[in-house]
Amino acid sequence: MLRHSHTLLGAMALSSLSLTSLALATPAQAETLNIGVMGELASFDTSQVSGGVWESQVLMDVYEGLLKKNPEGEAIPGMATDWEISEDGKAYTFHLRDDAKWSDGEPVTAEDFVFGWQHLLDPASASKYAYLLYPIKNAETVNVGDKPLEALGAESLDGGKTLKVTLESPTPFFLQLLTHYTAYPLPKHAVDEYGKKWVKMDNIVTNGAFEPAEWISQSRITVEKNPEYYDASEVSLDSVNYFNTEDRNAAISRFRAGELDIIRDYPSSRYQWLEENLPKATHLSPMLGTYYYVLNTREGRPTADKRVREALNLVARRKVLSEQIMAGSFKDAYSLVPPGTSHYDVQRMDGVDGDYAKRLAKAKQLIEDAGYGPDNPLHLQLRYNTSDEHKKIAIALAAMWKPLGVEVEMTNAEATVHYQTIQEGDFDVARAGWIADYNDAENFLTLLRSGVGNNYGGYDNAEYDKLLDQAASTLDLDKREALLEEAENVALDDYALVPLLYYVTRNLVNPDISGWQDNAEDDHPSRWVQFSE
Amino acid sequence: MLTYTLKRLLMAIPTLLIVITISFFLMRVAPGGPFDGERQLPPEIEANLKAAYHLDEPLPQQYLRYMGNLLQGDFGPSFKYKDFSVTELIAQGFPVSLEIGGLAILLALLIGLPLGIIAALRRNSGVDYTVMGTALAGIAVPNFVIAPILALVFGVLLAWLPAGGWNGGALPNLVLPVIALSIQQIAYIARMMRASMIEVLGSHYIRTARAKGLSERQVIWRHAIRPALLPVTSYLGPAIAGIITGSVVIEQIFGIPGIGRYFVQAALNRDYTLVMGTVVFYGALIVLMNLLVDLLYSALDPQIRYDD
Repeated sequence: MLRHSHTLLGAMALSSLSLTSLALATPAQAETLNIGVMGELASFDTSQVSGGVWESQVLMDVYEGLLKKNPEGEAIPGMATDWEISEDGKAYTFHLRDDAKWSDGEPVTAEDFVFGWQHLLDPASASKYAYLLYPIKNAETVNVGDKPLEALGAESLDGGKTLKVTLESPTPFFLQLLTHYTAYPLPKHAVDEYGKKWVKMDNIVTNGAFEPAEWISQSRITVEKNPEYYDASEVSLDSVNYFNTEDRNAAISRFRAGELDIIRDYPSSRYQWLEENLPKATHLSPMLGTYYYVLNTREGRPTADKRVREALNLVARRKVLSEQIMAGSFKDAYSLVPPGTSHYDVQRMDGVDGDYAKRLAKAKQLIEDAGYGPDNPLHLQLRYNTSDEHKKIAIALAAMWKPLGVEVEMTNAEATVHYQTIQEGDFDVARAGWIADYNDAENFLTLLRSGVGNNYGGYDNAEYDKLLDQAASTLDLDKREALLEEAENVALDDYALVPLLYYVTRNLVNPDISGWQDNAEDDHPSRWVQFSE
Repeated sequence: MLTYTLKRLLMAIPTLLIVITISFFLMRVAPGGPFDGERQLPPEIEANLKAAYHLDEPLPQQYLRYMGNLLQGDFGPSFKYKDFSVTELIAQGFPVSLEIGGLAILLALLIGLPLGIIAALRRNSGVDYTVMGTALAGIAVPNFVIAPILALVFGVLLAWLPAGGWNGGALPNLVLPVIALSIQQIAYIARMMRASMIEVLGSHYIRTARAKGLSERQVIWRHAIRPALLPVTSYLGPAIAGIITGSVVIEQIFGIPGIGRYFVQAALNRDYTLVMGTVVFYGALIVLMNLLVDLLYSALDPQIRYDD
């Protein structure tokens, strides 16, 4: 048996230290944090959540998984105090804390985790994000309905004090995954009592630092401090309001009027104004996300030709996009996996920065070699989903490709139609973006694996797939990293896509708040937040 | 009158049925479905979703299922806001939209009608030009421009009123959205009232009234205003239905939990049940408002009778 990682223990020790200092400053007054989020929560039933960043914000405040996040966004022990991992990396044994309780005082047991995961994977729940738990043994077959719920590789032992989880294959990012809302427990006793109505405000119980108190659809969700939370004495805030502020310019007015303390994801077009006028409140920091253009590599498309893909990459001037078009609110990208990804070094596409004149000359040659010229201009069908940002970038790229004699035909559509169209392969070049579900390179690299739905361009490279397969069964983290990095280089050498920008987190935060820190996953549990005196 | 009302209500049933049927099939013809998004779902998960929402059934069967549920007053669950049924969402949002919209219409009438009358009486004077010029500006400037300016000036710079939020419908939170919503209506009503007032003032019976020696005040109050109200009244039916079902712009800018945004959001999200719910609701409201307007007509104009 391997004991669990030292960094986690270290982080736990650190966080309890900082907690002591926080506790000293706890004010006597009732304190409410007002957060402007950019959308409506789909449900307090985590199996029904649709994947918005704003949804994780609410859910991580009211629920807690086996592991939770500290202000820096690192995973630290949550409902589980410690755990063992078997030698083969396929069995995890979690020991739950003795004082873990639901907000009605009932204990949180391993049974609640098993029940929650089974509920998520139950075909009848039709959970969109069920596949995140597929690393667990039989999870996929259960989700398809081929095996009963009980076949899931999660078992409650010692009267609910121990949770034993068996995996399909070693999954190095499994602990990371457990901080995601799909891995939260479900209050079995409440579901038994109220059935589907357990999520209603009158019935709901949760196990996080806060519990839901009021929900006015499309306007506000209020959560209050959960007195049964094991660390309740260390939680500074009395309540948190999440205001649905879809109009983000209006949200800025409300922030300036002092009605909101935090705004998540302010519009990138306002970045420079905010930086000048509210410098202390304006946050911008790297995020685990990549904005890229898909190149359709399917037979019959001009972009099936590697020379064309290389040429398009060579003259895409990322710095112009990030600094001039997007006014510094994005970072220029030269790879698929963004910086900040754990246990991974950023790779770099060859020759796509540096002397522009040389790049242009090379690109022109490549296009000519590929058989295009003044008599036979390269015609590309570019698709993007409707938004000012996407439009600006599409226009800029079309202009950058123009010196190559490329004629770009732009089509925009609302997101639903856009993604359906590009999934059907009806495009040459298309806008896409990916924000990490969990902090692991594999989450990005899967986007180019053959046969995967999100591989919109239909990139199909046996060597690439093989390297990913090898990485998936490699337990040693360093060896796995080398394999994943090699795989990414295969794809980058193939110019399989046009990486353009790395996403950044954009938040406005009241400078009087402490315990709120920028981090690559943009996770900010309110449990650590407090107002300074 | 009663038979007329009943007849109109009965006629509303086929109208609504046609509206529902067309919307149902139009929605399904639109490309993209409720579960298409940035992330392609694994096929087994998509299958689960389709089964859970009966989207795997043939379209006619889905239509019959929907109509069957509708007859029992069940709009179904929202595809997107899963902790609420469509009925709950409308029940929670409509009173808010009704309050904001109702106040806005009231304000628009209180200001727009007198302005229109005054402009008509002082035709081609400085007052007329000022009122009509301002009204034209009111129509020309869309509320997605007016609303943020109001929020900025009164919420941020002067800090007299909240820049947004609903706060249970507290008075300070109502002021800015109601004003923003009513400005265009004031402008429309003022212009309409002026035009119809001028027309009425030029008619024979007004000349007769004046010839009888009635004072100008009596001529205006007793003989001119009532008929002049007719065009405004026919405008008010659909306008009220439109305004009390909320405005997506005003709701998003001020963070108001009305139902206006559902019309837009539900369609973009392909939230089939919510789209249908709002269509049925809005359709019924339009029918009702038009009926009320027609009944009001006969009260305003004795020549209009619905006896048979």
